[in-house]
Amino acid sequence: MKILVPVKRVVDFNVKIRVKPDGSGVDLQNVKMSMNPFDEIAVEEALRLKEAGKAEEVVVVSIGPAKAEETLRTALAMGADRAILVETDDAVEPLAVAKILKAVGEAEQPGLILLGKQAIDDDCNQTGQMLAALLGWGQGTFASKVELASDAVTVTREVDGGLQTVSLRLPAVVTTDLRLNEPRYASLPNIMRAKKKPLDRRTPADFGVATAARLRILRTEEPARRMAGVKVGSVAELVDRLRTEAGVL
Amino acid sequence: MAILLLADHDAAGLAGQTARALTAALQIGGDVHILVAGVNARPAAEAASRLAGVAQVLLAETAAFEHALAEPLADLIVSLAPGYDTILGAATSTGKNVLPRVAALLDVAQVSDIVEVVSADTFKRPIYAGNAIQTVQATDATRVITVRTASFAATGEGGNAPIEPVEAVAACGLSRFVGETAPISDRPELASARVILSGGRALGSLEKFNERILPVADKLGAAVGASRAAVDAGYAPNDWQVGQTGKIVAPQLYIAVGISGAIQHLAGMKDSKVIVAINRDEDAPIFQIADYGLVADLFVALPELEKAL
Ligand SMILES: Cc1cc2nc3c(=O)[nH]c(=O)nc-3n(C[C@H](O)[C@H](O)[C@H](O)COP(=O)(O)OP(=O)(O)OC[C@H]3O[C@@H](n4cnc5c(N)ncnc54)[C@H](O)[C@@H]3O)c2cc1C
Ligand SMILES: Nc1ncnc2c1ncn2[C@@H]1O[C@H](COP(=O)(O)O)[C@@H](O)[C@H]1O
Repeated sequence: MKILVPVKRVVDFNVKIRVKPDGSGVDLQNVKMSMNPFDEIAVEEALRLKEAGKAEEVVVVSIGPAKAEETLRTALAMGADRAILVETDDAVEPLAVAKILKAVGEAEQPGLILLGKQAIDDDCNQTGQMLAALLGWGQGTFASKVELASDAVTVTREVDGGLQTVSLRLPAVVTTDLRLNEPRYASLPNIMRAKKKPLDRRTPADFGVATAARLRILRTEEPARRMAGVKVGSVAELVDRLRTEAGVL
Repeated sequence: MAILLLADHDAAGLAGQTARALTAALQIGGDVHILVAGVNARPAAEAASRLAGVAQVLLAETAAFEHALAEPLADLIVSLAPGYDTILGAATSTGKNVLPRVAALLDVAQVSDIVEVVSADTFKRPIYAGNAIQTVQATDATRVITVRTASFAATGEGGNAPIEPVEAVAACGLSRFVGETAPISDRPELASARVILSGGRALGSLEKFNERILPVADKLGAAVGASRAAVDAGYAPNDWQVGQTGKIVAPQLYIAVGISGAIQHLAGMKDSKVIVAINRDEDAPIFQIADYGLVADLFVALPELEKAL
């Protein structure tokens, strides 16, 4: 079986972003970009399934600017077999991403599509669920364990009350949570090798998908800032202040 | 037109988060209908009907809805969608699982995790782990929304809405429930707790986490939270994680013990009313947002705190 893994190029999780003073957005000039952390986990899981003999090929796909090639090369260096770059400079919303991925899925016929549960830039947590809906497939979101058989996948999900396990008929969509695995680092020889792995370039128009935004962004602002308070000298002082000053005990 | 609110419930009762999402729904304005889908879920439907301002409760009872699986629930909501211009739910693991599926089936965008209703079609929502707040206007005819419940107070009781049965749609057979971990704790729920005591990597082991954090939490009547590092290391269960990818909380009092204050953790708790940090590193970033900071070894401070309460 083939596994398809969509990966997004996002601001690195260590970067503290800055909001532009005019409210027009977030300043992304000269900011370190990386693969979305949840997508690294998805790539890792796909590679482990391949290494366990449960899949033959891992194909990675990214929708984004030309530079998203770097993200795809990272995935290839981790061990993915080939890549598809759907190039666009537009900010593409989850619904349009899902429509493009549906078209890629129909062309590639994977048995499993593994996505991150959430992109850490837009924090939408939508794309996998939308893709499953559009394909008419089952979905196993927020996975912390994935067991793949030939006709079904069993997914342990991180839910509000603990863990829930579901079984999905294949093909299916699974989205990763943080504890599914620890992604590997690409070795230098593998980074070199990845440069020669196949990368297919497409555009959203090739798939007949319009990327026009459905949500109008009116303003982007800084959150209310919280001021540092006081340091207390002892536990006794802390309890006293919580009782008398803050009134929360 | 009307608003459809997907309830979170355990059949016997309604989750507190639904009463919070209701507040957002009432701010949007229009007749609010609450959908309770499950098995033997009449008590939950009755609890929904008692919430103030609810116009109607829809009760859908078949086996397919017992575990809130996304596929049958989304099909049910889509079958009801023509009567509504807004469909929303709390941003719980159920809401986050089901509603984007609904949005895609309706071919509309979803607005995730709203923290403020500006008008019926315009909302504020956090991006970049809460480091920026976007104001977005939805342009589709049907608006699908998840609500960050920490940002809305719960609507109280006082209503008496009629409960109407709804036809269930045929099961689609895409997914099957296998099992779940039983909720074990009799502690307050993180999402609605008044006080939360959270422990980080510094606790060092499951045993020490239990030995140091739990007795103090008991004295405080607090829910227990944890950093991702503590959960990853196995000191605490996954559903205790607070942060960008865990639970988003805003209690009256949040006490962070041995937690450094990474932006991903702050994203989940920085709207708490009063924040206390106990950390032995006086430069730990958590102190930048704490109202009260105590530079101390937690293994000394926690037993003292237990005694002082
Ligand atoms: C995509 C992504 C999502 C994430 N989501 C989340 C999330 O939802 N929630 C979350 O919490 N994290 C999340 N993280 C992880 C986050 O970046 C941090 O790694 C994590 O929060 C660190 O946990 P910690 O503060 O317990 O550990 P550390 O950063 O190791 O901090 C331990 C602290 O304990 C203090 N300490 C040590 N010993 C003592 C002692 N004896 N007494 C007192 N203090 C002591 C130290 O000074 C230090 O400040 C995410 C990361 C990524 C990449
Ligand atoms: N532009 C994109 N290109 C490839 N994959 C994406 C893109 N946007 C989102 N995804 C996938 O969808 C997941 C969830 O994203 P989101 O719904 O935006 O939070 C991500 O973790 C990726 O796996």
